[in-house]
Amino acid sequence: MSSSEAHSHNPYLAHHFETIEQQSYAARLGMWLFLATEVLLFGGLFLGYTVYRWLYPETYQACADLLSIPMGATNTVVLITSSFTAALGYHAIKVDQVKKGVALLWVTIVLAGAFLVIKYFEYAHKFHEGTLPGKWYTFEGLQAPGANIFFAVYFLATGLHGFHVVVGMTILAILAVRAQQGRYHAKNYVGVELGVLYWHLVDLVWIFLFPLLYLI
Amino acid sequence: MAHSNANHAVAEEAPGEELKLPAVSFWNADLGIKSWLLSLDHKRIGIMYMVLTLVGFLLGGILAMALRIEHLTPDETIMGPNTYNRVFTLHGVVMIFLFMIPAIPAIFGNFFLPLMLGAKDVAFPRLNLMSIYVYGAGALLMVWSMVAGGVDSGWTFYAPYSLSTPASLAPALFGVFIIGFSSILTGLNFIVTIHTMRPKGMTWMRMPLFVWGTYATSIIQVLATPVVGLTAVLTAIERLFGFGFFDPSKGGDPVLFQHLFWFYSHPAVYIMVLPGMGVISEVVSVFSRKNVFGYKMVAYSSLGIAFVGFFAWGHHMFVTGQSKFDAGAFAIISMLVGVFTAIKVFNWVGTMYRGSIAVRAPFVYVCGFLFFVVFGGMTGVAISSVSLDVHWHDTYFVVAHFHFIMVGATLMGFLAALHYWFPKMFGRMYHEGWAMLSAGLIILGFNASFIPQFLLGNMGQPRRYYMYSPEAQGLNVASTAGSSLLAFGFLLILIYLVYAIKYGKVAGDNPWGASGLEWKTPSPPPKHNFDSTPVVDEDPYTYRQKGEEVEHVVV
Ligand code: HEM
Ligand SMILES: [Cu+2]
Repeated sequence: MSSSEAHSHNPYLAHHFETIEQQSYAARLGMWLFLATEVLLFGGLFLGYTVYRWLYPETYQACADLLSIPMGATNTVVLITSSFTAALGYHAIKVDQVKKGVALLWVTIVLAGAFLVIKYFEYAHKFHEGTLPGKWYTFEGLQAPGANIFFAVYFLATGLHGFHVVVGMTILAILAVRAQQGRYHAKNYVGVELGVLYWHLVDLVWIFLFPLLYLI
Repeated sequence: MAHSNANHAVAEEAPGEELKLPAVSFWNADLGIKSWLLSLDHKRIGIMYMVLTLVGFLLGGILAMALRIEHLTPDETIMGPNTYNRVFTLHGVVMIFLFMIPAIPAIFGNFFLPLMLGAKDVAFPRLNLMSIYVYGAGALLMVWSMVAGGVDSGWTFYAPYSLSTPASLAPALFGVFIIGFSSILTGLNFIVTIHTMRPKGMTWMRMPLFVWGTYATSIIQVLATPVVGLTAVLTAIERLFGFGFFDPSKGGDPVLFQHLFWFYSHPAVYIMVLPGMGVISEVVSVFSRKNVFGYKMVAYSSLGIAFVGFFAWGHHMFVTGQSKFDAGAFAIISMLVGVFTAIKVFNWVGTMYRGSIAVRAPFVYVCGFLFFVVFGGMTGVAISSVSLDVHWHDTYFVVAHFHFIMVGATLMGFLAALHYWFPKMFGRMYHEGWAMLSAGLIILGFNASFIPQFLLGNMGQPRRYYMYSPEAQGLNVASTAGSSLLAFGFLLILIYLVYAIKYGKVAGDNPWGASGLEWKTPSPPPKHNFDSTPVVDEDPYTYRQKGEEVEHVVV
């Protein structure tokens, strides 16, 4: 049978697909749909942000002033750079420069780690100040209705985002190790493509979070 | 007897020829419990889902009967008020999240979607297997929350009550979140399968309508479920840490909870009903021996319902202080759903018109479906007029409305699918006589359960109340009597189907004489569905064209 012969030619083709193009198309479409679900997941939080911004406009202003713009801005630069290195790494693997690609993926992971470290200092500062959400909100400097909610949104959104950073790092690390082992190269790179797509989404969410929470 | 007076469909088999089950099918291609638990075969996953969702249905059904028995008298009958609150909550949660949402897509979608498309499997078999374990984990959490302290907020988990009740809500909320993932995985898998796994010649306009229905459902599953997942988690976090997100005493907004909740849960009613509509399209054409009338309109109206369904959620919130403009807009958008549904109904009736109708059990369920959808839909259009909703909101009228349209229609679709595809899945026929009897019981019982509830709601009996005023007792007893009939009907089905799995008459590849790729495989199908990838060169329905005379067969 022609289809089973085709299978024995390409070890990357799963049995239920006819061609590698079909398989890659399916994988890409699946990833894009998954990203859509992620957008909607964060969408709920963005909606909450908007509603409470509208209910407590002054408090939001005052709270945003408590966040450290330099730290947030640094993190934005770090994350955008990591997206760039991830894209370069993907491209390198696609053109069969696997070594370079692996190195770039590791650079991405290190940058992601830097993001988390900076985030850790920001969080620690908030713990110290007492600008925690809900009933732990003890900050004397700002006692306005809605402040606890701003920080609930802040911690939920950045916390969920931070969780995505950790997941993304794990995915990128798996990809890097596998590429090192020779699994990804010019003939099989869709896996890397999907992982990097995910990483771009993580970046993109932050690009919305940063101005909304810190700047305006 | 059911088989001897067979209609023309069965008559295709040469008389006297002894039918045999295929020696090897997906049932026995691999043996051992592990070959099931780790199976990547979409058919086996469908069967496992069948077992799990039916357990959910049984549990939800027992809880329902307990509720109805409690309402035999206006005061305490068999349980106290606290237990009552927990029982109606769990009835709702279990029925919706463990049965109605997954049932048709996860059982029949998994089993038949690849077969109907001519594919070897769904696009992501591993995710498919994972979805069933995710479902199991979420289900366990929910049931555990029931044992560990109960949930008494109703399936809607409205804040602020859900934030302050001493019951143990958090596990159930996390259960909703986790089950949502399984729903997303199924939907995502189906969308990708439909886009990428169609063989040569299977164009979009050659896809069976069940596939269209599942496609529309999957879009809702993928786009709406994350929102309810987030809402559930936010509520759980709020219970645990008191962030004040939805709690008015801390500056939060409980109406935001309702928006987020209904943004999912209104479209979710179409997750439940659209796959049923897909089943009806298949069954009505087979048993009328006519191509589906207005195929394209039926296909597009599924997408239309899915689309419009995303913008109607506000009709659950007419009494939350919504502005007049919003209320009007949501009312009109809700009625649009009725328009798309009506398009389908007219097309199904048009399919039957001048067909050669074989009144078998699946067809009886089609008729039940039409009845429930038309009357349930009309009550829907009625309550979406704001002034009437203010009177009926949170009364038994709403309960009857959504049981009629959502539960009635989904159950009819589910039972039609179960009977229609039973021979393909198990290779044997059920007993037609018993099937007709139970279909009658169920349709009758369903009406007897819920027509009194329309009247009760109109009299003003509120939903979810433990006690009611004595003058409402007669109708409540009638409703309980109806549900007993319903329960008895289901029990019958369970018995004769289990019997048929073992002792039923061997069905043959295509006992209904149906068109469609799934009937071109042996019954039950082999592990890899098709020996070679089929090339599709005809429309999904190859009965009679529009205007062509159907020769009537005298039975
Ligand atoms: C013909 C179009 C329909 C319209 C105009 C409509 C309208 C409405 C309205 C206005 C309500 C709110 C009643 C209230 O809470 O006061 C409602 C409730 C409900 N509808 Fe429909 N409906 C329609 C079709 C459907 C369909 C097809 C389903 C399910 C498949 C459905 C399921 C429900 C459910 C579950 C509720 C109750 C939610 C709750 O309060 O717990 N409806 N419907
Ligand atoms: Cu609704």
